[in-house]
Amino acid sequence: MDRLLKRNRSLLRARDAMDRDYAAPLDVPAAAAIAGVSPAHFTRTFREVFGETPHRYLQRRRVERAMHLLRATDTSVTDICFDVGFGSLGTFSRTFKDIVGTSPSEYRKAEAANPVSAPTCFTMAWTRPSSFGEASASADAVPSLRKRKELQK
Amino acid sequence: MINSIRISNIYVFDQEEALEFYVGKLGLEVSADVDFGPMRWLTVRVPGDVNREILLEKISPPSLSEENAAKMRELIASGASGFAAGFTTDDIHALYKDLKAKGVDITQEPVEQAYGTDIGLRDPFGNHVRITQLAQQ
Repeated sequence: MDRLLKRNRSLLRARDAMDRDYAAPLDVPAAAAIAGVSPAHFTRTFREVFGETPHRYLQRRRVERAMHLLRATDTSVTDICFDVGFGSLGTFSRTFKDIVGTSPSEYRKAEAANPVSAPTCFTMAWTRPSSFGEASASADAVPSLRKRKELQK
Repeated sequence: MINSIRISNIYVFDQEEALEFYVGKLGLEVSADVDFGPMRWLTVRVPGDVNREILLEKISPPSLSEENAAKMRELIASGASGFAAGFTTDDIHALYKDLKAKGVDITQEPVEQAYGTDIGLRDPFGNHVRITQLAQQ
């Protein structure tokens, strides 16, 4: 494989580690080490290849898992916050609202009646809150699963 | 009406390396390996399952331009090919241990789902493969 392909493949390996070990105290320097480059270089090339910073990617992964737990379990918001790898409730709430557009408990309420079952790899990729056209814009940034289910009918 | 899935493809950068992975590590077997000159028709299958094959298709001219082939490889190396293939097994935990020992890139350790227990992994090029032990019906 040529240099560029090796670079992309090792960035992907680091991104996979974020998807897999999101709950661990994983940070950008640790992910950079998996890709075998410095954190600064990692952040720059990651953004070039995936369109967002590794920090943001990891936040979205954690928020996506939190969304799942809010929908599928009765676990408290505080426990979910730590279960998905956030270090403080303040950061979790702020990041969640920034990405999803509502607070974790509002989100839970809105989705309460809509249990969804599909392979996790699929829900991981497709229910992850988008980074491109973020929450701020409108609540439609994350179409509700209810809407999506109706579309499939 | 269509009555089965006969063949599907996975794009690979190098067919020898693909064989090393899909046959050497995952344990599939070669179904067809035909040299058509500019192109090598190379398929693999689950041992004994003669009705379904996966074409290990090399990304290269003449089927597409060198420029597009390079773009395609870059995208696949960055994980853009999505869900390439899903297999089943009778013992996901033993298989997981075996694949891990062989150095396969595991993207998801065994997780219990409503439909069974599954793992995720990547081939050497970046394609995403999943293996599931289905829940008892």
